[in-house]
Amino acid sequence: MTLAEPLPTGGFSFDNVARNAMLAARGAKPPKATSTGTTIVGVIFKDGVVLGADTRATAGPIVADKNCEKIHYLAPNMYCCGAGTAADTEFTTALISSKLELHSLQTGRQSRVVTAMTMLKQMLFRYQGHIGAALVLGGYDVNGPQLYTIAPHGSTDKLPFVTMGSGSLAAMAVFEAKWRANMTRDEAVAIVNDAIEAGIFNDLGSGSNVDVCVITKDNVEYLRNYNRPNERGVKEQSYRFPRGTTTVMSRKVINFVDVIEGDAMDVTA
Amino acid sequence: MEKAPSLKPGEVNLGVTNRVTDKLTQIHDRIFCCRSGSAADTQAIADIVHYYLQVFTVQEGQPPTVEVAANMFQRLVYDNKDQLMAGIIIGGWDAVNGPSVYSIPLGGSLHRRPFAIGGSGSSYIYGYCDATYKEGMSREECIAFTKNAVSLAMSRDGSSGGTIRLAIITKDKVERVFVPGNELPVFYEG
Repeated sequence: MTLAEPLPTGGFSFDNVARNAMLAARGAKPPKATSTGTTIVGVIFKDGVVLGADTRATAGPIVADKNCEKIHYLAPNMYCCGAGTAADTEFTTALISSKLELHSLQTGRQSRVVTAMTMLKQMLFRYQGHIGAALVLGGYDVNGPQLYTIAPHGSTDKLPFVTMGSGSLAAMAVFEAKWRANMTRDEAVAIVNDAIEAGIFNDLGSGSNVDVCVITKDNVEYLRNYNRPNERGVKEQSYRFPRGTTTVMSRKVINFVDVIEGDAMDVTA
Repeated sequence: MEKAPSLKPGEVNLGVTNRVTDKLTQIHDRIFCCRSGSAADTQAIADIVHYYLQVFTVQEGQPPTVEVAANMFQRLVYDNKDQLMAGIIIGGWDAVNGPSVYSIPLGGSLHRRPFAIGGSGSSYIYGYCDATYKEGMSREECIAFTKNAVSLAMSRDGSSGGTIRLAIITKDKVERVFVPGNELPVFYEG
């Protein structure tokens, strides 16, 4: 028996590429994607990994979301910060998260960070950079705490401290100045907070709050809005005009229509 | 007697993304490759060859020769030459040919050489290499040759720099040498 309609296969659709190219050639402006001009960081400490992110999402010069989430869930022992095209980071992490769940169910084992890293890099490489996801992957597995960056073209780096996004230079300056080997949890959270703050204040693409995620053996602390350095201040004075500020000099009512009462509505059951 | 393949360290991609990148990648027990060009492309190729060599070892019941690895690289680079930016040097030791070095430049040709250089910084050191290389150098002479060559390339090429990584591959073992940025061989800097 054949199905009347083919089942949707899921994943990314490139059906409209040719149409869009034709439209663009005729002068149509493509819609702007929400991009995360972002600061995301990660650092390995004595017994785990700390990830950090700012919470600003931009669409061109507009701040599209003042408090978005850029630290995505991948597996119970793994989280992933995303920079670049917001939709791409959300869908790639969701897709790999699903694959990891099925893989760990199949194998009966907890997912490894290298596995997630390999799946992400192979997918991004296959799409030759068209999926604009720049990721910081952190997690804890049988080999201890691990940290990777994955660039949109599929290249990876394994380092004790990493930064990505438009605020990566500001954040890296903080790491290069303050990072030390074998830090404690609190020291690592503090340095991550400082690195993200550097991005928030010195990079126009980043802003608002600091999200932090601490991953240790058998435990995850997702500290949403760990720091809010940009709270709106309370106004010292009310600028509302009191009633009667503008004097009513005269008043005239014109009836354009006559309202006639009709029959009452039938409300019986 | 061994030959250490040489290449530039450090990485540039609209700015330095990693100042301690390891471009010397192990693809089997006694086979390494030096990656230059696109990091994404060369990592993808090296991962595939690494996998092929694991399958090869299981199927054949013996380790692959460096020649086999080099041919796998050549096939991938040549067949996909239009879509890749990958210049690769393969080096290692095997029971058939002893120590050997192969070079695969951008077009996907394969050359067996006594020594090979590649990457953006290599153009600055052809003269040094041709003038300094001698057949039958000792282990220490080979280490000095590669280290000096890479350091000279780093000092003239804006896209190279950082640290030097070496691998000394012999029948019995692989030794990794790490030269930090403040301990590089120094030449005329005027």
